[in-house]
Amino acid sequence: MAVIPRIARAARSYLVRRRLLVVFSVLSLLIILFVFIPLAKIVFLSDKVALWQALLDPTVMKSILLTLYAALITAGIGFILGIPLAYILARNTFPLKGMVEGLIDLPIVVPHTAVGIALLFVFGRNFLLGKWFNSVGVHFVDSLAGIIIAMLFVSVPFLINSAKDGFRKVDVRMENVARTLGASPWQVFHRVTFPLAWRSIMAGTLMMWARGISEFGAVVILAYYPMVTSTLIYERFESYGLTQAIPVAAILVIICAFIFIGFRFILQRDKKRD
Amino acid sequence: MIELKNVHVKVVDFRLEQINLVVSKGDYCVILGPTGAGKTVLLESIAGLHALRQGAVLLDGKDVTNTVPEERGVSIVYQDYALFPHLTVRENIIFGLRVRHMTKPKIDEALEWICGLFEIQPLLKRLPATLSGGERQRVALSRALITKPEILLLDEPLSALDSESREETRSLIKNTQQKLNITTLHVTHDFAEAMSLADSIVVINQGKIVQFGKPSEIFYHPCSEFVAHFTMARNIFEGNIISQDKQEKVFQTNGIEIFTSSDKIMARYAVIRPEMIQITLEKPISSSNSFPGTVKSIVDRGANILLTIDCLPFFECLLPRQQFEKMSLSIGNQVYLSFLPSSVHLI
Repeated sequence: MAVIPRIARAARSYLVRRRLLVVFSVLSLLIILFVFIPLAKIVFLSDKVALWQALLDPTVMKSILLTLYAALITAGIGFILGIPLAYILARNTFPLKGMVEGLIDLPIVVPHTAVGIALLFVFGRNFLLGKWFNSVGVHFVDSLAGIIIAMLFVSVPFLINSAKDGFRKVDVRMENVARTLGASPWQVFHRVTFPLAWRSIMAGTLMMWARGISEFGAVVILAYYPMVTSTLIYERFESYGLTQAIPVAAILVIICAFIFIGFRFILQRDKKRD
Repeated sequence: MIELKNVHVKVVDFRLEQINLVVSKGDYCVILGPTGAGKTVLLESIAGLHALRQGAVLLDGKDVTNTVPEERGVSIVYQDYALFPHLTVRENIIFGLRVRHMTKPKIDEALEWICGLFEIQPLLKRLPATLSGGERQRVALSRALITKPEILLLDEPLSALDSESREETRSLIKNTQQKLNITTLHVTHDFAEAMSLADSIVVINQGKIVQFGKPSEIFYHPCSEFVAHFTMARNIFEGNIISQDKQEKVFQTNGIEIFTSSDKIMARYAVIRPEMIQITLEKPISSSNSFPGTVKSIVDRGANILLTIDCLPFFECLLPRQQFEKMSLSIGNQVYLSFLPSSVHLI
């Protein structure tokens, strides 16, 4: 019978030795469950029939396609405009650089409804750029263009920061060697810097796309219609209650999860290849 | 030929000042200096990677001060080789030809030539991450030389290698340089490496050239206390000349008098290299510089033994192992050290 006290002693000694790990593991488990349970519940416990019906509902389908499409264009615009800035921030020092970096991060922390109002002030029909765009036939209020600029504003920091980190990790001496071998700065960027920072750029672009898909606050103020999925969830919740909102929410969660699984898969595969 | 005329460069907080240097065509010039002396910045400035604040860079007589790096005909090889990790060895090597839009037959011809020179044929399909240090070095050199540059810049090319491949690569570099007769600038902090490779040595410290000359000049006639220290002269004594006649001068330091045949009239330091000192158990019969002393420490350095002898000032002497074993010295032994007046260099 002396076995039990021995086991108890061993367990106690293990707990004492690994105290930090045990405490941290318990706390970690709490936060993992906190994130996992609501997402799992909405996906796995929602009524399968309702989920299927939602998928066949043309309004839902249209809104999902619109959301994916708008976020994709947004990511494309972010890619073209954000990567040059990321490169400049990674490779150069200039006055007020810190302020520029802070400014780029700001959309992450500002409430997105406030972002929507701010964008309305600039791109609304009677304001600044809005007036000019209006004159050339581009409207931002209640239009695809409005959805895109709202998504762009809140999601572009993810791409810029990720690409900036990627560029920073590229050894500047590789660029130097490429220059002395006869490559122009454009060739160096195209053949050395960009391919080496590709993984971070891709991660940033996918993050930006996913962030665009899930944006609600800024979009709802600037473009309630055409309805993106997050607005549709809100509308269904407000008008018909939880049961109508859940299936649409579940579909959006599943889509975001798939993007993320795909994104991690690409990064892992790329890492192995390196 | 490389010619630097009064070059001033500033990179972040680091400055290169008043750099004047001429390296003849086909010469192997080593830039020697401690870490942070500005050696790499100097190389990069020659390659055109930093804008000059002042001065001019001439390559083969042509002013290239405002020429972009890709048009200078200069190749650089860095310490850790900076191979492009996303490209195979073949793609790495032909990078310089590809960006110049050379035709495939010409690329293949150049590749064959460089493969013969560096024996890298079996590595061509591999990625840089799978290569050993020596192989990476050969690939980096191939990549640098396939474009047939006028000037080759090497930034600490041996310091990342183990001692065996270092020897191999050292002779590979020197042989290739001589075969191609390419003007080479090689940066290092290792004095022995500089001595073994250089036709001329530039000693640089805190962004300035301190001394320029043939290896033997730097070795036996350092121009400053810094150069003497850096070239491992070890016995550097502060003092002053107390008497001089035509043949010999007497330099007084720490209470001892050292005879020297140096032709300097004014001097603050006397320098005696450790390998120029003789150690005997008996007092030598004929030597003007002979001092009794006690062995204070013995450091075994393999082929040589470094002894510290206390004869008021401490002298450090380098003794061949065979002689050391014959004398069977140990700490506390009484010995005589002596050196010729011609071995005393005054600064």
